[in-house]
Amino acid sequence: MSLKNFTFAQICQMIIVPAFFDTLKMLLISGILSTVFGFVFGVILTVTEKGGLYENVVVNRILDFIVNTIRSFPFIILMVSIIPFTRLIVGSSIGDTAALVPLTVACTPFMARIFQNSFKEVDPALIEAAQSFGASKWQIVFKVMLKESVPSIISGLCLAIINLLGATAMAGAVGAGGLGAVALTYGYQNFNQEIMYSICVILIILVAIIQYFGDWIYKKLK
Amino acid sequence: MIEIKNLKKVWEDDGTSVLEDINLTIEDGDIYALVGRSGAGKSTLLRCINGLTSYQGGSLTVDGCEIKNLKDKELREFRRRVGMIFQHFSLLERETVYQNIALPMQCWKYSKEETDKKVKELLELVGLNDKMNAKPRNLSGGQKQRVAIARALTMEPKILLCDEATSALDPKTTNSILELLLEINQKIGITIVIVTHQMEVVRKACNKACILEQGRIADEGTVRDIFIKQPLSLRRLLGEEEIRLPKQGHNIQIAHMVNDIRDGELFGKMSKELDYVFPILDGKIQEYQGDSMGIFVINVDDDHLEVVTQYLDERKINWREMREGMNEKEGETAPCH
Repeated sequence: MSLKNFTFAQICQMIIVPAFFDTLKMLLISGILSTVFGFVFGVILTVTEKGGLYENVVVNRILDFIVNTIRSFPFIILMVSIIPFTRLIVGSSIGDTAALVPLTVACTPFMARIFQNSFKEVDPALIEAAQSFGASKWQIVFKVMLKESVPSIISGLCLAIINLLGATAMAGAVGAGGLGAVALTYGYQNFNQEIMYSICVILIILVAIIQYFGDWIYKKLK
Repeated sequence: MIEIKNLKKVWEDDGTSVLEDINLTIEDGDIYALVGRSGAGKSTLLRCINGLTSYQGGSLTVDGCEIKNLKDKELREFRRRVGMIFQHFSLLERETVYQNIALPMQCWKYSKEETDKKVKELLELVGLNDKMNAKPRNLSGGQKQRVAIARALTMEPKILLCDEATSALDPKTTNSILELLLEINQKIGITIVIVTHQMEVVRKACNKACILEQGRIADEGTVRDIFIKQPLSLRRLLGEEEIRLPKQGHNIQIAHMVNDIRDGELFGKMSKELDYVFPILDGKIQEYQGDSMGIFVINVDDDHLEVVTQYLDERKINWREMREGMNEKEGETAPCH
């Protein structure tokens, strides 16, 4: 059966719309997961730094090395190279659930750096002031550093989510579903320019929405 | 009471000495100034008092409690009793004035009602009731420092540390902040330690001072005495040009209160009574906590040195002979009447 037998509206309904939701699902879940992990690693990277609240050079170096290593992998290589790990966690390496693992693994170090950089920008005098009235280390992290750097974190997250969107599309090439897979298999490999470019348009619109939304929150919070 | 004995601090990374052999006592209710040029170690000494930085030798006790020995939790508990304000205010930019002041109480888990009551009371004290919901970026420098003072006072501290708190403010605002500090000092009897390089801050607000030079105490005492004696460290700090002193005769520096209009008659009277005319080489009058202090330099010849110094001693007026910018022979050290 060829796609030629269907109208564009039908193709949209059958293929593009479900793929869109698959992409959204991957984006949302791996986005949330990598934000959570990224926050944890970002905090650890910040507090263990030299002169930090819990100075620990060894932990800092190790974590820094891991973050740099993962970030130096092109996503597509990372995705195939961690297939055994993916299988271990979700039991399969194909489909959008399986894609969540490499997506999260790839995005977490990026998120960690975003948190770390945002925390770094917090004026050290503020931390000293908090210490001067007896705030605990965790209160300093949550009530001072996190609170003060929210706008900067938001714009960083926006950047990371857009990056992640690109990664979900790439994941489509190696077995994950979503818009990327559709654009490649139904569009590129099937010489169907209509599908391919309409997905491009959808991606452009998605990116624009994310960026606009991010900017809007940033302005509200600043 | 803050007692510092033989305190010594070196930077851990390169071993350079920051503070050495610091001995001083700050009594309850004092407004104590730590003055010195930048890099003299005054801010570091201030941070030793509330344990924001450590020291390697000697002892620093606050009400008998050795700061060096405090462990994490005890140190935090101790810091509740020591407020601190900073040169650049150190307020959370994204929070309102109210939230900024409430922050220490939230950290110490006070109830909402208690916090609310205290914050409003302090807003009243610093005169910012109408700015409760403003963000720091919409406030002037002076208002920001008022917020910082209110925040420092939330835990009802016994000591308030001020780290160059007025250095970023214009003279008029500086005065209003100093007035506020004096008011707080009188109202609640809080001990205030002020780190500054501005001598007018010392003159207007402090009763005692210590001049630090390269990590050591150069001079220490009541502000009044320091200004009367004009030690070398003070003159160096003020960066005043040395006046050119004549080689002949004796150059006598006289510190003399000129509060009353009749105080200004000193030289006229002296000249008349001793039947001796001498030149006045230099003279200036400085305000010091409501007092006006005159610092004069006169030149006396060998024949009249004794009668002049005797005349001054009889009236308990501070004098000292100046020689090539060094203090040599000191006169009576009793404070001026």
